[in-house]
Amino acid sequence: MRPLAGTSLSDQALTQGEALTTSWRVKAEYAWDTGAAVGKFLAGLKEGKVLGVQCSGCERTLIPPRAFCELCFAPIDRWVELSGTGVINTFSVSFVNWDATRRDTPEIPAVIEIDGASPGLGILHVLGEVGEDLPTVLSKVAIGKRVQAVWKPQSEREGAITDIRYFKLVG
Amino acid sequence: MPYKNRVAVLGAGLTRFMRRALETPKELAFQAASAALRDASLTISDVDCVVGITAPDAFDGVHMNAEYFADGAGARGKPYMRSYVGGGSGVFGVINGWYHVASGDFDTCLVVAEEKMSSALPHPQGAFNAIYDQFLERPLGVNLLWIFALEMNRYMSAHGVPMETFAQVARKNKLNGMDHPSSQSGISGDFSIEEIMDSEVMAWPVQRLMVSPVSDGAGAMLLASEEFVKKRGLDPVWIEGVGWNLDTSYWTNRDLYYPRYLEKAALMAYDMAGVTDPRKEIHVVEPYDPFAYKELHHLEGLQLADKGQAPRLVEKGFWDRDTLAGIPATPSGGLIGVGNPIAAAGMMKVAEIYWQLEGRAGKRQVRREARRGLAQAWGDLMQVGTVVILGK
Repeated sequence: MRPLAGTSLSDQALTQGEALTTSWRVKAEYAWDTGAAVGKFLAGLKEGKVLGVQCSGCERTLIPPRAFCELCFAPIDRWVELSGTGVINTFSVSFVNWDATRRDTPEIPAVIEIDGASPGLGILHVLGEVGEDLPTVLSKVAIGKRVQAVWKPQSEREGAITDIRYFKLVG
Repeated sequence: MPYKNRVAVLGAGLTRFMRRALETPKELAFQAASAALRDASLTISDVDCVVGITAPDAFDGVHMNAEYFADGAGARGKPYMRSYVGGGSGVFGVINGWYHVASGDFDTCLVVAEEKMSSALPHPQGAFNAIYDQFLERPLGVNLLWIFALEMNRYMSAHGVPMETFAQVARKNKLNGMDHPSSQSGISGDFSIEEIMDSEVMAWPVQRLMVSPVSDGAGAMLLASEEFVKKRGLDPVWIEGVGWNLDTSYWTNRDLYYPRYLEKAALMAYDMAGVTDPRKEIHVVEPYDPFAYKELHHLEGLQLADKGQAPRLVEKGFWDRDTLAGIPATPSGGLIGVGNPIAAAGMMKVAEIYWQLEGRAGKRQVRREARRGLAQAWGDLMQVGTVVILGK
């Protein structure tokens, strides 16, 4: 068989200039309109409220809120206030940053099923006050445990998902 | 059959998979396309249309990357289409090529998959952050691994799967990859279970030796109609079924323990192929394995094991390459053992099934008789399943 094509370069080949490169930095910025449904949800967060929507077709109470139900394919305009409490659906303990550099203290992302929403419907957020190393976090956090939102002070809220600083274990 | 043409596979070709390739996307595409044409004993003048596949343009920093490398795919002056469903693209490109020929409009289609992830600095993972919702998720400081780690935890917790089982999957694929000529340097090998389980925790429960690497590479496949095949008196491998399906992008509303998107895609493909009992009728399988847990998750979505049973079958060697009673899974070595140039990795999986059914997989050839096999990939916003079933 003929050998496969492809020339593998070492990192050193680049850093030592053995292979030529040319580089470019993207210059781009975006500002997204938050839309009808998410905009109202974010406005609710600013007031310290977690809002959901109800579909009159399938009767689900949905979070994140949306302007239409993807199951019934019908518009939604019924809003309900949910609570800032819920249950851990799943979680991770992450030691990696977006650029693949490592962190000493982990971030703890979790899917949290919000109380008052239909079963299994959650949002992504992070957990806090659960330890700063893997064994400690794993000894405290488990799927099914109850959590509550820890809010920023009202004066610091800006209508963003980060108006909830994190969720912490209840009790 | 509601389609005008049955579609055959006449050849496939790959480049090496590399952490960083000297070659540009055009050059990689040209190498893979040329290898597939040589494998099929055809030339570019035999090709009626071309499908190009590559994952996010953000990796390359080149808008319309598939159009940029199209000259290397042999597409100049031909009908050309890019198909892009994120990580599912490698397999979906073959589906796209299939319907070009199945429609009756074209006798041949060259499908070329190219991926060069290494150009994105400081790390291609950064380009992936744009998969997260810009209002509700990105402000939390996301990274790509989160969603996989969250899904893996949900899956392992739902079924009580020990970490060692995932390490066994990684070991198997890294062993299988040793026999693949495209295997990326340092990826495959005889890793012990302890070594894998002791590897760095990146985003618990995801550990370094259970994750596929960043890769550059390309692959290609030549498809042809039954009429084209008959004229040449060939006895080829056929595409018997294709399927694809998309779940909601509200991923925090799905129960991540089970890949519903894949069940639906698989059932579509089985239906087309006339497969009623996949556990008996699928003889070799290449499930999408960017992470070790994902192979097991996908084997269940493919209905090749009951929910929660794919891990139990690992212990029994059911998925091993040399199994006689089970279904060999990822005999190529997969993304974990060969590498993960995204679109090209999916293509590598379809090519593996093709070579297995042709009896041309060399040291990777499965021991049991294989007359029908399946390749699968996963992608978009972690929500799409793409499936191709080949038969001889």
